[in-house]
Amino acid sequence: MTKRSSKGGQWLLLLLPLWRGLSAHAQSPDNETFLSALGELREATYSDKEKVLERLGQAGHPNLHAVLVALIEDRLCYRNSDQRVFVMKAAEGDPVNLVDAVSLQDAGATPADSVTKIGTNNSLRRVLRTMVARFGLSSPDAAVRLDAVRGMLQSLDANTVALLRERMAVDRDPRVKKEAATGLALADLDGGESPARRRAIASLRESLSQDVRNRLAALLEKTPDGGFAERDEDVRRAAAAAVSNIDQWRNVYSGVEMLFFGLSLGSVLVLIAIGLAITFGVVGVINMAHGELMMLGAYTTYTVQTVMPGHTGISILVAIPAAFLVAGLTGVLLERTIIRFLYGRPLETLLATFGLSLILQQTVRSIFSALNRSVVTPAWMSGSLRLNDALEITYNRLYIVLFTLIVFGISLLVLKRTRIGLNIRAVSQNRAMAKAMGIRTELVDAMAFGLGSGIAGVAGVALSQLTNVGPNLGQSYIIDSFMIVVFGGVGNLWGALIGGMSMGIVNKLLEPYAGAVLAKIFLLVGLILFIQARPRGLFPQAGRAADDK
Amino acid sequence: MARRWIPLLDWSAGRDRGGAWLLAALGAVCVAVPLLSQLVPASSPLHISAYGLTLIGKYMCYAMLALAVDLIWGYCGILSLGHSAFFALGGYAMGMYLMRQIGPRGVYGDPVLPDFMVFLNWKSLPWFWHGFNHFPYALLMIVLAPALLALVFGWFAFRSRVTGVYFSIITQALTYALMLAFFRNDMGFGGNNGFTDFKDILGFDLHSDATRLVLLVATALALAASYVASRAIVESRAGRVLRAIRDAESRTRFLGYPVESFKLWLFVCSSGIAGIAGALYVPQVGIINPSEYAPINSIEAVIWVAVGGRGTLYGAIAGAVLVNYAKTYFTGAFPEVWLYALGALFVGVTLFLPRGVIGLVARDKDT
Repeated sequence: MTKRSSKGGQWLLLLLPLWRGLSAHAQSPDNETFLSALGELREATYSDKEKVLERLGQAGHPNLHAVLVALIEDRLCYRNSDQRVFVMKAAEGDPVNLVDAVSLQDAGATPADSVTKIGTNNSLRRVLRTMVARFGLSSPDAAVRLDAVRGMLQSLDANTVALLRERMAVDRDPRVKKEAATGLALADLDGGESPARRRAIASLRESLSQDVRNRLAALLEKTPDGGFAERDEDVRRAAAAAVSNIDQWRNVYSGVEMLFFGLSLGSVLVLIAIGLAITFGVVGVINMAHGELMMLGAYTTYTVQTVMPGHTGISILVAIPAAFLVAGLTGVLLERTIIRFLYGRPLETLLATFGLSLILQQTVRSIFSALNRSVVTPAWMSGSLRLNDALEITYNRLYIVLFTLIVFGISLLVLKRTRIGLNIRAVSQNRAMAKAMGIRTELVDAMAFGLGSGIAGVAGVALSQLTNVGPNLGQSYIIDSFMIVVFGGVGNLWGALIGGMSMGIVNKLLEPYAGAVLAKIFLLVGLILFIQARPRGLFPQAGRAADDK
Repeated sequence: MARRWIPLLDWSAGRDRGGAWLLAALGAVCVAVPLLSQLVPASSPLHISAYGLTLIGKYMCYAMLALAVDLIWGYCGILSLGHSAFFALGGYAMGMYLMRQIGPRGVYGDPVLPDFMVFLNWKSLPWFWHGFNHFPYALLMIVLAPALLALVFGWFAFRSRVTGVYFSIITQALTYALMLAFFRNDMGFGGNNGFTDFKDILGFDLHSDATRLVLLVATALALAASYVASRAIVESRAGRVLRAIRDAESRTRFLGYPVESFKLWLFVCSSGIAGIAGALYVPQVGIINPSEYAPINSIEAVIWVAVGGRGTLYGAIAGAVLVNYAKTYFTGAFPEVWLYALGALFVGVTLFLPRGVIGLVARDKDT
């Protein structure tokens, strides 16, 4: 909300030089009243500030919008030495960069303790938002107008209703119109005849907004003297039906949101499990250092971002192949030097790879220190997609789900449609026969291990967007991902996908009832019981050997 | 080979030379450590301080845990990565007894409730805390709680033929789940602080040297007894079936042996030994908290066994003492080197010393 209003402010700032050029002289006396009114904000009580703002609003000034936005965001201050009012570029930080409130020119930096911020309270901020919203109504950008109308719904009075009615008549954007209609219907609830109020309620039935619901529910509340807030029984009945309708739909959408949370958690697990599935499926090795290869991927993201500062958006795209290479080559190196000597001894491999994970962790700790590093999220991944009043999806989760599906698709393609994939599948199905057919199994082992490790590195890039990057990053996910491999069936990509997604969703669905820790415990117990029925997981590998060790 | 019905005669007749050395060493500990800590003046380099006593006691508890792991891994091929769960359960059972012994001497002075329950505003003792003020009951639970868990878990796991790495992973999940559960305050086990501030055991002050010495000797005796019991198991006819299962599970099943029952029975025995080790560990180090359940502890126990020499029993004990001594030394002298050293140990032992340190010195190759 605040972010978007500041966007409106920037838009106004762009127009400003033009405007000032046209009427620079005519405005100079106005500038003084503007500045003196701003000066009054310094000392006034909150209720007096409200009056000052009202006067400012009536007088009008080209900079008013920028100043009001600054006041909402806690960025308006005055200099202690000469009491002049300035806009701060950021609410935090020392020294602060000042912008002159009248000229909107840079006024230099000054230590934070040489200025005093002008405070606001809740009711003042409400007034401010309405004022800012009015500015937004005349914007050519439909999204800004929509936000402005939404802001106005918070404080409906005769003025705003008139503005909304005007908007209804002139606006072409259906979303703006719909929101304005909601506002008018809400205003109709307050007065008017019973049929008009019932019509208003009927038009609000389809809304999903929490505010509308609360407003309707307020009609059903009892007053202290025993009667209802709403006297008319027909209106009450209509309101009750509308509230239950809204609640029902909001529940559906919160279910959808939960499902999506589960999917995004599951995608991270799937990314980790895909790599594990490939390494286990082909070389029959449970790679306990898999989490650490992922950690290497996350640190690669951090390094790439550090060497190309100022290009966060691109660095994440560069990091994906870089992480694949770093983790993949590390994987090949480990396979060639250590793991290949342990084939056929799965339990020993488990121990050796665990030892490798300790060494990798300590190496990273020596190079990058034990402190967590944070990776900056690029602008195109922050923010959220608002589907309707009840459902918002954050972009980083959305991108991770998409990313997982892409990685899954590519892995599937590599395994099913390329020469090396064919070799990998042949070796995993029957090593001796593949060897007899002239496949260089040693090479295939190394390639498969590198592929699995590289995908772990790519998973690390995704993880770096969700959590801090630290030496223990790998450990926190590795048990979960082993669970998925056991659940989905070892060495099967579809098993990893379905296993990971269902683990994520079940985890998120249990969480509201049982809490995060208990949900995880239930999941583990559930898995142990599941293994009773399907000891080889959902998609067991086909084989005829009695002992496939 | 002559059939020996009483396996204990085996080592007394001189076949189990490693075991004989081990028992001799434990006997020496029982005699020498009290002498060195009580009679030798504190200025002498031979003097054993209170810290040294705790350390020796701790090593012997770890050795018991390693013995338990070797019993199932070395002789039946079951690699459990969840043995710290049994160790910690035994420890918690002992901790509950010690907490009840504090009585009204806690910070809040409640005659029955331990401090953390008063702190959480609990009004009465949860049902599973009843009886823990009696030492014999606590002793029973020290073995029973881990054994019961092993019985239920093992029954489910072995029945559906979960073997190899699958078994390792789900045991790891088991101890991880228990760790998460014990971190919760409303479980009634003190949350992440666990139990600490113990006062006395059976009326003897836990901080006095005499009590510490008695505990240490008790640990040495318990370790000796578990060794003898484990040796008896693996040298019995059942022990031969277990080895057959380790080497060719399906073949043993086809020969008509109830493989699952043998495995389950051994798993339960092993968990009981781990539980006793945990129970002896807690009064000596003076604290038990959920981090004892951490999967890494179980994996470390496995590496002790691998370093010492899998499938020898005494090798596991030697490995536990060696690795833990190295750990104490490195974490004190070069803290950042320790993880490298441990990691290298995992890799090096599996690659170059499949029979462990004992494999370097032992002559007989039939184990």
